[in-house]
Amino acid sequence: MTRDADASDELAFAVGLAHANATPLAIQAGCTKDFLGEAIDGEPLDISGHRGIVNYQPGELVLTARAGTPLTEIEAALAEQGQMLAFEPPHYGETATLGGTIAAGLSGPARPFTGAARDFVLGARIINARGEILRFGGEVMKNVAGYDLSRLMAGAYGTLGVLLELSLKVLPRPGAQTTLMFEHDAATAIEQFGRWQRRPWPITGAYWENGCSHIRLAGASASVASAQQQLGGETLIDDAIFWRGVREQQRPFFATARALWRLSVPPATPRLEIDGECAIDWGGAQRWLSSDADADTIRSTVAAHGGHASVYRGHATPRFHPLPEAMMTLHRRVKQSMDPADILNRGRLYPDF
Amino acid sequence: MDAAKASSRPEKHTLIAKLAAELPASMVLHADEDLRPFECDGLSAYRQLPMIVVLPETIAQVQAVMRICHSEAIPVVARGAGTGLSGGALPLDNGVLLSLAKFNRILDIDAANRRATVQPGVRNLAISEAVSDLGLYYAPDPSSQIACSIGGNVAENSGGVHCLKYGLTTHNIIRLEIVTVDGERLTIGSDGLDSPGFDLLALMTGSEGLLGVIVEVVVKLLPQPERAQVILAAFDDVRAGGDAVAAIIQAGIVPAGLEMLDNPAIAATEAFVHAGYPTDAAAILLCEVDGTAAEVDEHVADVRGVLEHAGATEIRVSRDDAERALFWAGRKAAFPAMGRISPDYYCMDGTIPRAALADVLIGIGELAEKYGQRVANVFHAGDGNLHPLILYDANQPGELERTEAFGGAICQLCLEHGGTITGEHGVGVEKIDQMCVQFPPAELRQFHALKQAFDAGGLLNPGKAVPTLHRCAEFGAMHVHNGDLPFPELERL
Repeated sequence: MTRDADASDELAFAVGLAHANATPLAIQAGCTKDFLGEAIDGEPLDISGHRGIVNYQPGELVLTARAGTPLTEIEAALAEQGQMLAFEPPHYGETATLGGTIAAGLSGPARPFTGAARDFVLGARIINARGEILRFGGEVMKNVAGYDLSRLMAGAYGTLGVLLELSLKVLPRPGAQTTLMFEHDAATAIEQFGRWQRRPWPITGAYWENGCSHIRLAGASASVASAQQQLGGETLIDDAIFWRGVREQQRPFFATARALWRLSVPPATPRLEIDGECAIDWGGAQRWLSSDADADTIRSTVAAHGGHASVYRGHATPRFHPLPEAMMTLHRRVKQSMDPADILNRGRLYPDF
Repeated sequence: MDAAKASSRPEKHTLIAKLAAELPASMVLHADEDLRPFECDGLSAYRQLPMIVVLPETIAQVQAVMRICHSEAIPVVARGAGTGLSGGALPLDNGVLLSLAKFNRILDIDAANRRATVQPGVRNLAISEAVSDLGLYYAPDPSSQIACSIGGNVAENSGGVHCLKYGLTTHNIIRLEIVTVDGERLTIGSDGLDSPGFDLLALMTGSEGLLGVIVEVVVKLLPQPERAQVILAAFDDVRAGGDAVAAIIQAGIVPAGLEMLDNPAIAATEAFVHAGYPTDAAAILLCEVDGTAAEVDEHVADVRGVLEHAGATEIRVSRDDAERALFWAGRKAAFPAMGRISPDYYCMDGTIPRAALADVLIGIGELAEKYGQRVANVFHAGDGNLHPLILYDANQPGELERTEAFGGAICQLCLEHGGTITGEHGVGVEKIDQMCVQFPPAELRQFHALKQAFDAGGLLNPGKAVPTLHRCAEFGAMHVHNGDLPFPELERL
């Protein structure tokens, strides 16, 4: 195992130098999420040596770790104390790090029920584009001193700062878990997901694919048992493998030769009329579409329902849903305020900056 | 209006004329007696009459007001219900106070997607009331929830009793419509669970009116829990109570609410509402667990075990909703109860790691002696969010100043224990000097740069939330980073 090390000063120096020379930087560590966002050119800035859990006190429900810490290491440390990252982050590869996970802002099947990656960010230490080390938020549950820059880092794909250290809220692992299966079509699944989510049941996953819904219940054992009794359905053996397959896109559905799109929509959105195969996650709010339809058709259909579409696998560009002009202008200004020389992961989020 | 006064301020006269061209006359207030109700928010120690108050009722009118103020370079302070405790809605003598009070309608309730679209002036509790027959509710519940408005909740990132389990405002909103400083309307967030680009929803939440004016909010609704029960536990020692809080969390239980009152708070609230609190206890804990009936039974038994082990001298479990309401009645009446035993009180809002609860409470007690002011502690123990209430009499010369100094010392104490100066009330004008202690210049510069991206002219709520570096230099604060003080070996209060 690689030794824990604090490379903050070296990394800050490298960023400061790049700023002075206007050298674009491509921030990287585990390189498991290169397929997300736009391809970029830049001098690699490797974070993987900056690793290690800095502070973890289970009684505080807070873990602070360096950005280059492997996600597996963090999850193992939490599991040892009966705790977890409740947003169930996808790894997309064995070398995934905490920094990349937060920078990409990805959350797994539990997201609509427990919260998104950004919801669990309590604090961040970052290097801004001038090479200064800044700290926002902290290790406490509530903190409204100053703008919420730590949550802003989640999903910014490293374009606003180099993540150095993150403090996350963690939660106890549920005492019991079970998964129930129901055979029905997509329209029924969407309707049932909506109805079930209005009940006070401990649902932590709701996924439909190819004629079958999977509902995961997790919580106090009495609570799981009573919800299971009311829901009915067939119990799935070895459900951890199933949900890992969903989270990591390892199910056969995702091994498509067509483009793979992620559609983010209001959960009750009806089945979308787009050519291709669809899987429904997040209780209806996240749809996976394997399709050869053109990007404009997909995006306008999704936008008509108040949602947005991004490309996971395939050649469409831009990768993320285009922003309205006024919003793009504001994004450029926000980017400018954090990275005036435009050196951090330039073009990763949108080709413009 | 006072003609002599208006003529002495030509910019006021010009502005009234421009606003009156866009808004009905009844929506533009400028006479002193009409401005008076807006001179302060919930932090009444600070008062200032605004130059003009506008009360628009449509988004187009808000846009018109912002365009006019932008072109005239007039600062604007947005105000919801005015219940904020940090002076975030304190008006400016040379500015417009933009009241969102007329934006008081619930526009849409979408049961299928479990969300409601509301105007910013809608009261927090009114949302839950409107959706209760659908079996849904809006989770964040600041103690002012009968009066405070959702727009203000977003601006301050309000919390409440139940945020340990259900999160703060930032975790419970889906989309915002805002009007920018120059009158442009923008959608922040989307109708999905996330949005393309930066997470500006997170940035806007808690930005205290410095980045834009919130004109519409889409909130997330949750299913009402099947059952909720409160466990009341008494302790004869504050430290044992504080340690019990950490023990509950460590046992793998995330209660819906976990509140603590110290002896002065127990005595004051008991005399006021007679909730049956044991007045001889050094501290009581109120632990609410909710969920399905089966889950609540399981957790009540678990919590009882932890509390017994933690040395509770008495444990009561609410038998029905009436008793549960009674247990909460004291906690919810804590602030007005202070009003009965003291002419004025000053509410602090520091947040610390749970493990430091006992040390900080004891430290606050020592500070109370040093400053010669009484203090009662009521707080969200599960979140480590303290609300020391400093009792004072504004009519006694020097008491307010001494109270503010005491408050500053409490902020410092929280920072020394790795905490923050404000957990849910915001910085406003109240804690602006303490921001200099919490953040070094580089962070403050970054905040200002970000503010520039939204409001280059600094017209939105200037003077609040983020201090200028100049102000910090004058304040002469010692920055405390991460609890690391210079000379850590020295004993401090």
